Formats: sequence, C-alpha cells, structure tokens
Amino acid sequence: MVQKVKSKDFVIRFAGEGGQGLVTSADAMGRAATGAGYYIQTFSTFPSQIMGGPASSQVRISTTPVLSNGDSVDVLVVLNQYAFDNHIEELSENGVCIYNAQDCVPTGEGNYFGINADELAKESGNTRAANMVILGAISTLIDFNLESIENFVKERFTRGRVGDEEIIKSNILALGLGSEVAKKSGFVVGSLEDPIPPKYEQIMITGNAALSLGAVSAGLDSYYGYPISPATTILVWMEQNLISKDKFVFQVSSEIEAINNILGAGFSGKKAMTATAGPGIALMSEGIGLSWMAEIPCVIIDVQRGGPATGLPTKSEQSDLFACMFPAHGDVRLPVLAPGTVEECFYVGGLATNWAERYQGPVMIMSEFSLAEKSENIKKPDLSKVKDERRNSNTGSNGYRRYESWNGQLSPMAIPGGDVSYVANGSEHDEIGDTTHLPRHHVRLTERRFSKLDLLNDALFEIENPESEIAIMPWGSSKGVTREAYDKLIEQNNNLSWIYSVSLNPLPPDVLKQLKQKKMVIVPELNYQGQWSSILRMEGINAVSVTQYTGLPFKPTDLANKILSKIKLEGDKF
Amino acid sequence: MSDRNLEYDFKWCPGCGDFGVKRALEQAINTYTEEFEIPRTSNVIVAGIGCSGNMVHLLDGEQPFGIHGIHGRTLPIAFGVSTSRPDLNTIIVAGDGDFLSIGGEHIGPSAARNPNITCIVMDNGVYGLTKGQSSPTSDTGQITTSTPFGKMEAKMKPLELYLSYGVSYIASHYSSKPKLLAQFIVDGMKHKGLSIIHVQSPCTTYNDTYDILKGDRKKGIPGTAFIIEEDHDPSDYNAASSLLQKGGVPLGLIFKKEPPTINELQDKLIQDKSKKIEDILASYSI
Repeated sequence: MVQKVKSKDFVIRFAGEGGQGLVTSADAMGRAATGAGYYIQTFSTFPSQIMGGPASSQVRISTTPVLSNGDSVDVLVVLNQYAFDNHIEELSENGVCIYNAQDCVPTGEGNYFGINADELAKESGNTRAANMVILGAISTLIDFNLESIENFVKERFTRGRVGDEEIIKSNILALGLGSEVAKKSGFVVGSLEDPIPPKYEQIMITGNAALSLGAVSAGLDSYYGYPISPATTILVWMEQNLISKDKFVFQVSSEIEAINNILGAGFSGKKAMTATAGPGIALMSEGIGLSWMAEIPCVIIDVQRGGPATGLPTKSEQSDLFACMFPAHGDVRLPVLAPGTVEECFYVGGLATNWAERYQGPVMIMSEFSLAEKSENIKKPDLSKVKDERRNSNTGSNGYRRYESWNGQLSPMAIPGGDVSYVANGSEHDEIGDTTHLPRHHVRLTERRFSKLDLLNDALFEIENPESEIAIMPWGSSKGVTREAYDKLIEQNNNLSWIYSVSLNPLPPDVLKQLKQKKMVIVPELNYQGQWSSILRMEGINAVSVTQYTGLPFKPTDLANKILSKIKLEGDKF
Repeated sequence: MSDRNLEYDFKWCPGCGDFGVKRALEQAINTYTEEFEIPRTSNVIVAGIGCSGNMVHLLDGEQPFGIHGIHGRTLPIAFGVSTSRPDLNTIIVAGDGDFLSIGGEHIGPSAARNPNITCIVMDNGVYGLTKGQSSPTSDTGQITTSTPFGKMEAKMKPLELYLSYGVSYIASHYSSKPKLLAQFIVDGMKHKGLSIIHVQSPCTTYNDTYDILKGDRKKGIPGTAFIIEEDHDPSDYNAASSLLQKGGVPLGLIFKKEPPTINELQDKLIQDKSKKIEDILASYSI
C-alpha cells in the first residue's frame, strides 16, 4: 500500500479540445468540492474560436480560500495526444496523469494510466456519463469522498423529470467504475485533508458575473454594450438579468456607440455602464474624453486581454493600464478601480457606479481575462450593505451654475425634466456651460476636473508589515497569486511590506505615504513595460516591476523566486 | 444662452441658413412644450460639432437642456438619452458633415431600432467651421479648399439613404421658411420613432446655394426646390422612392410609417419578466 500524503490542496486539470466538456468537468468537480465544504477556484484557457483547438480547464480545491491557480497539476486528465504533450511537464512530483486510452499513447515513463471512459460509460448504461467515469477516478486518486460527488450528481439531476432516477443511478454507477480503474492502477496522488467549511453562507460566481451583480445591486439603470472577448459575458448577464420597466439594456453597433449611449443615459440622470476589452477602449477614447470634459457620470469596464490590436483575445495580460488611466487626448486622468479577487469584483461593481455619481464623471474598472472567467466560492454579499449613491441634483431654482470653481464641494448636476437646465459642453466652457476659450476659464475648469477626484477617498486598501523598507505591491488580477508568493516569502523569513489598493487612481493618501517611504516597491504585473511601476515612479516612488508577458497568469513559487532575484539585483544598488 | 454672453466666442456668418433653422426650432419647442404641457427642461438637444451644432447655445428664451458632444456621435448620445428617459423630447441638431460623413455609421442601426428621436440635419454641402472643405453633399466636380481640381466622389443622396435604411419619418425642407419648417419639426417630435427633418441651410461664406435652391428669374436660374404635390402619399414607400428620383430638393413630408419604438417593444417583451436582485443573487447559492 502506497503511503497517502496528506495535502491541503490539489489542482485538477482537464486538457483536450474546445467543445469536449472540459469546463463542465472542472465545474462539476468544483461544485462537488464546494458542496463538501472546500474552497475552489477554476481557470480555463482556450483559443478564440467556437469549437476545437487546444483548450484546458482546471479546478484548485483547498481547505483554505484559493489565491491562485497553483504551481503545478496534481491530477492531469488528457483527452488527446496534443494535450498530453503540452501539459505533462506541469505535472507535480506526486501527480498522476489519466489519459484517454483511445486517443493518446503517452511517451516516456511516469505516473500515467489509460482509461477508456466512453466504454465504461456504455457499461454504466449511460453513454453520456464519460465525465463521471473520470471524476470517479480522480476522487480515488486524491482520496476525495466519493459521496460528495454522488450528492452533487443527485442534486444536478433531480429536475422533476421522468427518468431522473435512472440518470442518477447510471451516473453513480459510472463514478464507481472510474474509481475501480484508478484503484487498480495502483497510483495515488495523496489525500485531501478534511474540509474546514466556512461558517458564512456562500455563493459560487465568476468575476464578470460578480462585477455585474455588484453594479446592479447598487442601482445600475442602463447598460449598453458590444460583444468582445472577454467582456461579452457582462453584456449577456445584463440582457438576462437587468430586467425592469424603468431599466434599459441594449446591444449596440460598436464601442463608439456604447460609450456615447452611456453618456446620454448618464446625462439624463441614470446610472449607466458599458464593458469592453482593449480594442473597445481604443474606440471609446474620444467619448471618454467628452465624459471627463462635460462631467457626465458613467462606468466603463475594461476586461483586459492580450494586446495590441486583436492580440490574444482569450489570454491573460495586464497591459491596458496606460490606456485606461489616460484614455483620451488632452489633460485627462481617470479614476481607476482594479479588483483583485472575485469578491472585490462585486464590491467594485457597486463602488464604481457610486463614484461616478459622486464626482460627476467617468470611472474605469479594470478586470482581466483570468479574473473575469474564473469561478470561486465567496461569502454571499449582504445586499443591505450596498449603497446606491446618486448625484447631487439639488439645484434650487435661481441662477444655476453647473460648472462652479472647485471649493471642496461640487456644484450640483441638474437632471432633465427638473427646475433648471444647462448645456453639458465638450468645448471648454464657463460656469453655466457656454463655450469660451478664455485662459481663466480653462485654468479654473481644468483644476476643477482634477480636484474633484478628492471626493473618491473610500476604496479599500491593505497595508501589512509597514516597517519593512521593501514592499510588494500587486494590482488587479495578480493580487491573489502575489499574496500566495508573499506568504511563502514571509514564511521563509524575508522582511517585506504588503501594499495593495483597489483604487489605482486616486491612490489613498495612506498608501501613497507608505509607498514614498519605501526604498523599493516591487510590482508583479503581466506586461512588458511595467506599466504600474512606471506610474508609481511618476509619483516619485522607487518602483520596479517583475513582469511576465506569456498570456498566462503568474505561478506562485515562480513569482516568489522572481521577487527574490529582483530584491537581490536592485538591492545591491542601494 | 438666453442673454448674450460677451465671453461666448462663436458666431454664425450674416445670412447663414442656420438662423432660419434656429427660429423654426425655437418655435417648434414652444409649440410642443405647450401642447403636451411638459416642463421646458424635458426638451433635450443633442448637438453635433460644426457651425450647426452651436445652435444649442444660441437659442433665445427659456432654455432646454443640451449636450454639445463630439463630432459625429449625436445619434448614439441621443439613443442613450431617449431609451433611458423615454419621457424626454430628444432632439438632434447636426450638419451634413457630422451626420452623414463621420456619423454615417449610426444612421442604419438607429433606423432599425426606431428610437423616439427627432433629428434636424442642416445641410450646407460644405465643412464651414474648418473653412470650406468638401462634404458628402458637395456636388461632384465642386471646387473646395480640399478639392482644388473638383470633388471626385459622387454626391451623396441623404433622403434616399434614409428611405432605404427604413427611417420611419422623413421630411425635407429649406431654412428660408422657418414657420413651415417649424411645423415639420413639431410633426417629427410628435412622431413616435426616428424622425429626420433634412434642411437645406446654405453657407453664405463657402457654399451659397440660395439662388440655386430658390431660383432667380433675372439670372435665369430655375431653382431646385419644389413643394411636394398634395396627392403624394407619404405612407407609400414606392411613391416616396419615385419622388426622390425626380431630383431637386422636395419641400415637405416624404415618407412616414409607424412601427413600434424600441422602448415600446422592450416594455412589451419584458412584461412579467422583471427580476429582483435578491433572486438573481440566490441563483448563485451553493
């Protein structure tokens, strides 16, 4: 009998071709695990095409909240030769690969065994139960309670239809058959520790759905969008959920239309939003400039992918920061909120709509492919705690001045149909909105447009171990994996500060003060130029980046090593 | 801007057709606002960039709301206003360069959606504000600052374009008869759906077409503008199409149909489908 090593987490990956049910398998494993009280995170990667092409989907199951995709794969399921060849190197030391015996002949020696899932499925009496055969095998390999998967099967197929019972029976039979094959193989990956179920109520949700849900729970009224990977799921979510007589959701003809649509809606008193990816941000540039100039509340989401141009539509990259913070010509610097986790996606979705109303202007949310599409079990949000902040539209009825000088307070924004009117002007203007090119007005209003960002001072941030001279500061979707790397480094007795801010602009004063005190700030980010560290250097902070531009997220151990080398390299300089 | 603002730095040239359109628009807003007893502030003017877009700042009397946005995007801005606030009277003022050239991509999709918007397109066949470049409606062969040897492209036929795209209300007029023009603008505002009132509004500095439009017997110019015959049936697509084949500038209502607006359709489709946030959240429970 092989000794089963206890482990607190395992990564299970399904690799093959798009359309083979890889995501479904990872999702099913994830749901069975959450049902048993574990924490999970899924991750998928696939080419930008409807069917076929190399794809994979994985789930990481853990006894504690999952921060990243992990370093390696513990159970690798490959459905064809290409998948075997391309993923086998990521198999962990004790990992086991299950291959589809029909389409794959493994090369070399290793912990591999073949399984003919289709044949076993037939044997179970349900030709569609091949993925259950595989799940049965996996659960045996990681010593995962088979009953949890059986419970999941019962729940999924109890639909009040004739034949439910038959389907449940055959699926459970298929699970057992898979389990038998795994036992016979003699391989063991290890033993998953018992779960420590969270005491709070949970939901399982993707980043994009959490962003959408957050915005709608904060009172979003209007959504206009154009399909583009990886932001399309937000448009679809809105079409299917933001349904009410006084709401409006519409798929328009371009990103140029979408940005101008939300300006129209925002101007007329509504909370309005659009979501896109890098190419869409490029098209929206002029409209975003107008919303800054005419001071019209709206929220733009950029779900980043690899760029430039069509780039890598379904891959991970954090390379739109310059384009999002400085999206337009002229003197413009947008408020930018970059959620780092699925839970923060919900929070930021609401906060952004409130910020737009409060400071009367555009707010940018920066998500990213890997964050957008991953599923995670998170604490169920308390809707009663979500604020629905609206613009100050209390104009009074005498001598209304829309664009007063900034004096710590913002002049009200009238809503059509009310007591007084004005012209929202994209040309430089005076207090009431009339076009003027006089220097004193341009000076006064430029200052107003930047100063009012002071109102955006309530985004969450994290500062830990402030006494260290070197800080690690991730942004956006690299937060989780950086935290995992940081925890490893701290465990190894490295003295490092942790600084994180959901708001990249404006930076909370406490964060800025901390950053300026550091000898060095290390920013892990998925782009070539080191965009966030560049912006931090603009602020007089000694920031350097650890970059990666493979189209894939960081891996925690690899990142920890890169951070250490960076400290060594740069540390010698001071 | 009801009182002249001395620091405001824009003027139309003397004799500009846009003065006539301005009077017509003021009158139309007055009539519509009184007839439907809506607040003056429920009128929203979405203005393009160009000489004509400055209309939004130059109106006399009690002021409506306005957005003076970016070049070519009046339709998408107005779509956002009108669909999010169907209670408002959403009006577009734009020129031929703004509406037909840079903004041309929005006409087709807007026609297909039929939002409740009234567009006043001021056509002077030239880019006036940038000092006299050729526009989609400049004549072929016309000498302008950007076509020193004559415009090479064919002249666009905007009325035929609107008709083939399926715009639900199409009228054509010129700026010299503000009272008549005002009637068509009011008619367009009352029409539930996308209305375009295409107005010949000559540029006295770069493309003075007053004589060509109205004709001048002394100079032997026949005049291209003509009043549409009373027996024209605007509900008949073929009749509208043949009318436009005649050439010249027809004055009056060319085409009108009454499909549902995008908001009417949405209201119908989502009846009983409203979702509560609590239920959406519950659908993600484990």
